[in-house]
Amino acid sequence: MTERSGEKSSLVRVLDREGIGRTLARMAAEILENDGDGIVLVGIHSRGVPLAQRLAEILEAVTGKKIPLGRIDISLYRDDVGPWRPAHSQPVLKRTELPFDLDELVVYLVDDVLYTGRTIRAALDALVDYGRPKAVRLAVLIDRGHRELPVAADVVGKVVRTSRQEDVQVRLLEFDGEDGVWAGTEVADGD
Amino acid sequence: MGIEPATVLASKDLVGIAGLEAGEIQLLLDTAEQLLEVARRPIKKVPTLRGMTVVNLFMEPSTRTRFSFEVAEKRLSADTLNFSSSTSSVTKGETLFDTARNLMAMAPDFIVIRHPNTGAPHRLANVVTASVINAGDGSNEHPTQALLDAFTIRRHFGSLDGLTVVIAGDIRHSRVARSNALLLSKMGAKVRFAAPASLLPVQVDELKAESYLRLEPALEGADAVMMLRIQMERQKKLNFPSMREYYDFFALTPERLRLAKEGALVMHPGPMNRGVEIDSEVADGDQSVILEQVTNGVAIRMAILYLLAGGRSESAAGS
Repeated sequence: MTERSGEKSSLVRVLDREGIGRTLARMAAEILENDGDGIVLVGIHSRGVPLAQRLAEILEAVTGKKIPLGRIDISLYRDDVGPWRPAHSQPVLKRTELPFDLDELVVYLVDDVLYTGRTIRAALDALVDYGRPKAVRLAVLIDRGHRELPVAADVVGKVVRTSRQEDVQVRLLEFDGEDGVWAGTEVADGD
Repeated sequence: MGIEPATVLASKDLVGIAGLEAGEIQLLLDTAEQLLEVARRPIKKVPTLRGMTVVNLFMEPSTRTRFSFEVAEKRLSADTLNFSSSTSSVTKGETLFDTARNLMAMAPDFIVIRHPNTGAPHRLANVVTASVINAGDGSNEHPTQALLDAFTIRRHFGSLDGLTVVIAGDIRHSRVARSNALLLSKMGAKVRFAAPASLLPVQVDELKAESYLRLEPALEGADAVMMLRIQMERQKKLNFPSMREYYDFFALTPERLRLAKEGALVMHPGPMNRGVEIDSEVADGDQSVILEQVTNGVAIRMAILYLLAGGRSESAAGS
């Protein structure tokens, strides 16, 4: 466990680059144990998208078979968008791509952090607008607890115990220029 | 020149292009780009505006704009109420503001208004808490048409910056031309108006457009050509000698289109007068994007509703 240098915070690193790689490899193995054939991976924007891509690469290397990849944006299905919530800037819409017929497929939703479960509820609603998958499963890199809906992951990379006040930051090369997961309390300047 | 999209629309209303910043236009176009996908799904509906009510207040005839708004509203799961001048109390002498007060008593979240008087949506926006969307006011503005036109052009060229767009026809009476000229110049495109002198607007300076009294020189080097309908209902009498003569000098024919850049887009906001401002061969030809404009119009109107739904109270302004 190393503290991030140069930042005034008590964030603790819970996974480094190699740790993420090992965790994803184990997650891929679990996916293969659960479901051998007819699976597709669908990443939830933003960081679920590159994670789904990395899982697909591992699965393809192991099985030698092409794993279809999709991406889904849940902004239009959020439960905090609507007349009952205060004014805010709407989430920027991102591309949803599901370039396959979902029926008869086992869909693995992939996300970085499982927290309240509300994102997954929205993703499930979005998914059924595109078809009727044989099954939908959930793979997350980090499960930090504090569910507000009856949602559970089928494949979990790492369980990180947190309080609600704490923060979990998944940083990925594709977005953040580095790989790693940090958890803890970010201390504001001047505290 | 890359225009950075804004993160939020500053106003609760969309009453004209005149009040929009380039970054807000970019945000609207980017959002529409993602919403196009909804029309290609098996279930063409998302729950985003569930429980919200939209009043469509059309005080002037309209088919495609009204349908386009209705499709956009329904695809976002809003509830819609339609008032048109022929069926509402307006024909019984009720003023716009009394109508508006009565509508507000039904607590709508949006009012989409088309009105024969310039500025009616702006005045309505000041007295209601709902978000007001201008669907065309007199000869002033038609902002959603300009946005869908810009969206259509941007989808073909990737950007509007540096393009040359010809708008030809009845510019003086056209809110479409006005909104388009305002929008295109804000986004870095050059606008050329082509029309007989009697159909050119009086103050062109504000619109930053070059005026041409003949279509041919305007077309040279153009990336897109927008043909406008000759609007009989806004003219007491014809401002040109005859339809035949108008066709001879200003109709977009295959020969004239060849003067524009290769692959230049042919656009028309509809409804078209075939054989008056545009030749059928051109309207139905390879370069025509007239039906794409209709499809894109739904996505643009969805984008406006989606973005306005986020900032409906005073606290959103300036955030």
